[in-house]
Amino acid sequence: MSQTKTKDHAALAGAFIKDEERVNWHDGALWYIREKRDLAVKQIPEWEQLREAASMIKSNVISNLHQYLLQFEDNLKKNGIIVHWADSAEEHNEIVYAILKVKEINQMVKSKSMLTEECHLNEYLEERGIEVINSDLGEYIQQIDNEPPSHIVLPCIHKRKEEIGELFHEHLGTEKGLSDPTLLTRVARKHLRNIFLTRRAALTGVNFAVAETGEYVVCTNEGNADMGAHLSEVQIASMGLEKLIPQKKHLGVFLRLLARSATGQPITIYSSHYKKPRKGQEMHLILVDAGRTRQLGRKDFRDSLKCIKCGSCMNTCPVYRKSGGLSYHNTISGPIGAILAPNLDMKRHADLPFASTLCGSCSNVCPVKINIHDQLYKWRQVIVKEGYAANTKTLGMKTMAWTLSSPANFRKAGKAGRWFLQNIPFVVNNPFNPWYRQRDMPEGPKESFAEWFVKNEIKKQ
Amino acid sequence: MMNVGLFIPCYVNQFYPNAAKATLELLQKSGVNVTYPVNQTCCGQPMANSGFEYLSKGCNDLFIENFSSFDYIVGPSASCVLHIKEHLHSDTDEEQATKIRAKVYELVEFLTDIIKIEKLDASFPHKVGLHHSCHGLRGLYLSQMSELNAPPFSKPQYLLNMVKGLEQIKLDRLDECCGFGGTFCVAEEAVSVKMGKDRVTDHSKNGAEYITSSDLSCLMHLEGILHRNKSNVKVIHIAEILNATT
Repeated sequence: MSQTKTKDHAALAGAFIKDEERVNWHDGALWYIREKRDLAVKQIPEWEQLREAASMIKSNVISNLHQYLLQFEDNLKKNGIIVHWADSAEEHNEIVYAILKVKEINQMVKSKSMLTEECHLNEYLEERGIEVINSDLGEYIQQIDNEPPSHIVLPCIHKRKEEIGELFHEHLGTEKGLSDPTLLTRVARKHLRNIFLTRRAALTGVNFAVAETGEYVVCTNEGNADMGAHLSEVQIASMGLEKLIPQKKHLGVFLRLLARSATGQPITIYSSHYKKPRKGQEMHLILVDAGRTRQLGRKDFRDSLKCIKCGSCMNTCPVYRKSGGLSYHNTISGPIGAILAPNLDMKRHADLPFASTLCGSCSNVCPVKINIHDQLYKWRQVIVKEGYAANTKTLGMKTMAWTLSSPANFRKAGKAGRWFLQNIPFVVNNPFNPWYRQRDMPEGPKESFAEWFVKNEIKKQ
Repeated sequence: MMNVGLFIPCYVNQFYPNAAKATLELLQKSGVNVTYPVNQTCCGQPMANSGFEYLSKGCNDLFIENFSSFDYIVGPSASCVLHIKEHLHSDTDEEQATKIRAKVYELVEFLTDIIKIEKLDASFPHKVGLHHSCHGLRGLYLSQMSELNAPPFSKPQYLLNMVKGLEQIKLDRLDECCGFGGTFCVAEEAVSVKMGKDRVTDHSKNGAEYITSSDLSCLMHLEGILHRNKSNVKVIHIAEILNATT
């Protein structure tokens, strides 16, 4: 499931869009969730205050991360949870492997964790003879198809039920042509039940970690995190440093925001609190940095660490809806992915901040009020300054700036209208121009406004 | 009498002179003293949105030179106005830049908020779909944004309601982006066109004869798609409707 990048967002999106019927369906499915979200949030009169409160709580967290982390570690230890610190994805994977190796465990069940996707844990463990099964249904489907999740909350939203039926036929032996979601889910459930019963180790992600109490909360709709954790002999939780909240009472803010933003539900079916190991059980928690403190040091981008991974920015983003999550070639896709990814690898992800019209809808749905579209604009400036823009683009921009910077240059460039026709990309009238492929150019009028004005209005004065 | 500098963005000047003329006439009718500085070129947004903000310094200084003497600066393009409002800076005269950022207005908001217009002598007996440009909506707050749990309002709708015979159609998606996005329209051609096609369909299936907006960049993109597909639906800048007397 490694994400090898061969094409940029525009090319991958172009390929996705070729099947227009699929795009319409994908767009409609995600828009339906956006509408459900709108209905849910409009039932909460204090919704905008809740967003503001959440944003401020997270500001406090990221500004005082050091103290909260130490407090959290201290309380985890008091509760009997073994704490690990991982500086990088590799270190995180090594820690998980070491825990399993001591216990001679070679099979593990995992509930949805975007962090372990980001770390490519599955591949790492598989190379070392440890089998990992993703127990979230959508993630499981993606895993058997050997594809990364395309959405952080709805991992296989880009797949149609017929395609899932085909996968189940191939991997789970269902009848060919079976695509009824209920029947398919029953088959997956039966298969996963056996996995849960036989795995000695379970790994979960973390939605919220409470510094004050040393507990963590995992939100799911399928109860798969609970099933894995409750039956395990070794329970591991992996979390990014930014998942902390100061006090338990703050869950009252975040749990109200999370599910409404994500799917339009008032709350996830399960909000499970994990605090101490059962008798005979071992609990580990791994705190992962993997670039987060570097992002914390970027003044313009640190607020991206407030993200609670609800996915609402993806559902509302028209570019995401038309292009599909996989076109972002990063574990976290969509608008939030486009502001997180350049921090991880600026060269590889230099295209992502440009995969947006800067429409701003993402910032408006964000439950923690991250200024996503402003950060996209700012990343563009950083990426160009760091030299990751194509040379041709730089040259074109310099010519344009030189001409537009002075009325004299503008006139020297010839009649302004002619200059426009030659230099502004969307009006060059030939089939090699991307504007012209599916759009006509504006019909040029006989005279520009300026020409008309000089002839008519100035004479009058 | 207040002195207003008329800011006509470069592509409006070149391709949509009728929208510029309508803007000029609307302002003249509203009783302000309008001047069009003939040395203006561009706000610098094409460079800045592409990540080349550092190359827009020349445009910034020229804008300041052309417009610092006015009480207000008014333009018929929400996107260009927002760019000035958010990103106009100067190494040599930041004081003037700051003043300009505070006194630049998009036409609709200038009419509703500064002139506080209450009636219009305009008639446009057609079915019209209102396209909210994202920069007008989420940048300049010309209308309430559908994502927020907040009371509705709409400045362009308030003005369109004053136009005789105009029937405003209802859209399935109230304020979805059209996909123009500056250089996005060519860099991400496939997505841009698909977004545009879907917006056009929303308007046409709900019976629009015209699509109007306070941003011609969106309209230019939608017009390109309509025209290619031989649609009867036309685009028109809101100034031309508000100034229509037939």
